[in-house]
Amino acid sequence: MPDQLLFGMEVVLNGLMAGVLYALVALGFVLIYKASGIFNYAQGVMALFAALTLVGVMEGQVPFAHLINAILGTQVHHFGWHVPTLLAIILTILVMVLLAWTVNQLIFRHLVNQEPIILFMATIGLAYFLEGFGDIMWGSDIKKLDVGLPQGINPAIDDLTFGIFGYGFFIDNLDIVATVVAALLVVSLVLFAQYSKQGRAMRAVADDHQAALSVGISLKFIWVMVWSLAGFVALVAGIMWGTKSGVQFSLSLIALKALPVLMLGGFTSIPGAIVGGLIIGVGEKLFEFSVGPMVGGATENWFAYVLALIFLVFRPQGLFGEKIIERV
Amino acid sequence: MKDMTPEGYTTEDGRKIGGVVMEMKNISLRFGGVVAIKDISFDIRQGEIRAIIGPNGAGKSSMLNVISGFYHPQEGEIWYQGKLRPPMKPYEVAQQGIARTFQNIALFEGMTVLDNVMTGRIRQMKAGLFAQAIWKGKAEREEVENRAVVEKVIDFLEIQHIRKTPVSRLPYGLKKRVELARALAAEPSILLLDEPMAGMNVEEKEDMSRFILDVNDEFGTTIALIEHDMGVVMDLSDRVVVMDYGRKIGDGTPDEVRNNQDVIDAYLGVAHD
Repeated sequence: MPDQLLFGMEVVLNGLMAGVLYALVALGFVLIYKASGIFNYAQGVMALFAALTLVGVMEGQVPFAHLINAILGTQVHHFGWHVPTLLAIILTILVMVLLAWTVNQLIFRHLVNQEPIILFMATIGLAYFLEGFGDIMWGSDIKKLDVGLPQGINPAIDDLTFGIFGYGFFIDNLDIVATVVAALLVVSLVLFAQYSKQGRAMRAVADDHQAALSVGISLKFIWVMVWSLAGFVALVAGIMWGTKSGVQFSLSLIALKALPVLMLGGFTSIPGAIVGGLIIGVGEKLFEFSVGPMVGGATENWFAYVLALIFLVFRPQGLFGEKIIERV
Repeated sequence: MKDMTPEGYTTEDGRKIGGVVMEMKNISLRFGGVVAIKDISFDIRQGEIRAIIGPNGAGKSSMLNVISGFYHPQEGEIWYQGKLRPPMKPYEVAQQGIARTFQNIALFEGMTVLDNVMTGRIRQMKAGLFAQAIWKGKAEREEVENRAVVEKVIDFLEIQHIRKTPVSRLPYGLKKRVELARALAAEPSILLLDEPMAGMNVEEKEDMSRFILDVNDEFGTTIALIEHDMGVVMDLSDRVVVMDYGRKIGDGTPDEVRNNQDVIDAYLGVAHD
C-alpha cells in the first residue's frame, strides 16, 4: 500500500478522535437547547470552570486564595492535602449541580417566556462572569490535570498496523479513552431522554411550558436537572481537554469550535452532535493534509466554519435537526 | 334541583352524583384595574358534568385558570377534597389530580401521540432520578404498568391508529382528542376542559360530546367544562354556572338556567342600565 494512503488513513483516524472531543462540547449545547430553547454560550466556560474546580479540589487549593490573602493579609494557598481522583470528581459534580441551581435561581427563573435572543444574551453574560469567577476562585495560571487517564502512543495499535501495513499508526491512548467515554455518554443520554420519566418530562418542557405544567411537571426541577447534566458533560469535556492540553483559559475557546459542529449536526439532535463532531474532526484534518500544503497551512483554523457556512446555505436545520416548518 | 343534599343528588337520567369535591368561595380576580372575576362561589360534585358558560369575556377561562393554578385570585378560598387549598403552582395542582386541556391545544408537538399521553402519567410515576437513570426493577415495572393504563385510554378514545404519529402531523380534531387522552391518562379526580368543542365541525363536536359522556359514564370522572356553544352544554351537563362580566348570574340545571331571565338577557344582549 502506498505510504501516502496509509498516512491519509492515520489522518482520518486522528480526525475521528479529535472530532469526539468537539462532539463532547457540542453535546452540552444540545442538551440545554433541547430542554429550554436556550443557546448556552457559556458551555465552553462551564467546561473550563469544571476542569479548574477539579484540579483545585484534587490539589487541595484554597478557593479564593488571592482574594482572602489580599483582604486578610494572610498567605494561605493550599490546604496541604490531596483529594483522591474519584472523590474529587464527585465533589466537582456537586459544585456543577450547585452552579446549575444558582444559575436557574438567579437568572433563568426570571426570564421565563422571554425571547430566545434575550436568553442568549444572558448566557453571554454568564460566560464572562463565570470566566472571571473561575479566575478569582482558582487563579489564572495554567494547571496540569492528571486524573490517571492513559496518555501517549498506543503501542498495541502501532505494532498491529506495522505488522499489517509495514507502517505503524500513531493513535493517542487519551483519544481512545475519550471516544469510549463519549460513546457511553451519548448512549446513556439518548436512553435517558427517550425512555425515562425525567427524560420524557425534559422533552415535554422543551416542547411546551404551559402543557408541561398542566401535566404536573415542575419547570424548575427539569431546568436544574438539565443544567446539571450540561455541567456534567462540561466536566467530562473539561477532563479530556484539560488532560490533553492543560487547564488554561483558552479552553473556553473550544466552545467556538462546537458552533460549526452544531450547525452540521443540528442543534436539537444528540446523535447529530456526535456525527457533526466527527465530520468536522475528520474534515479539517484531511483538508489540512491534502489542501493545506498548497495554501500555506493553518487551514484547521477556518475549515470548520466554511463547512458550516456551506451547510447553512443548503441544509439550515443540520443533518439531524428537526425540519423547520412554519404553518401559516 | 329539589333533592340536593350534602351527600349528593340524582340527575334527570338517573345517575347518582356524590358530595362536593371542589368548592369555590367568593373568588375575585383582578388584573391591575380590570376585574376578571367578581365574588363568585360555586361547587363541583363527585361524578357530575359541571359547565361554566357565558358570553365572550365573561371570565370563564380565568375561572378555569384559577382552578388549575395558572392564576391566583386576590380574594376567596378554594376548597378541594374537604381542605382549604393554599396558593399553588400549576404543576402542584396537576399533581393533586386536577387535569386540564387548553382552548388552543397545548400538546407536545414534537412527540408522538403515545409519548404525549404517557406524560399524563407523570404524577403516578414515583421512581426517582437514579432508579430511572439506571433503568432497573421498580422503574421498569412502573413504566409497564403505566403503559397499560395509557393503552386503555388510547383504545377508549379510538386513537390506536395514530399511536406512533408525531402530534404535529395530526388534524385539529384529532389533536383535541389526544389532549383529552393525555388529561384522562392522569386518572384525574377533576377533569377540566377548556372549550373542548372550539373550532370543530358538527361531526367532530358530536364525537367529542360522546367521548365526554362516555368518560364520565365509564370512569365516573368528575368533569368541569367551559363552553360557549349553548346547545352542546345544555345536552351534556348536569349543572351549569352562567357568568357575565365576571359575575355569576345563574347556577342550576340546564332547564333552570335556560329559563333564568338574567341569562336570557346576557345572551340576547340586553342593555345594562
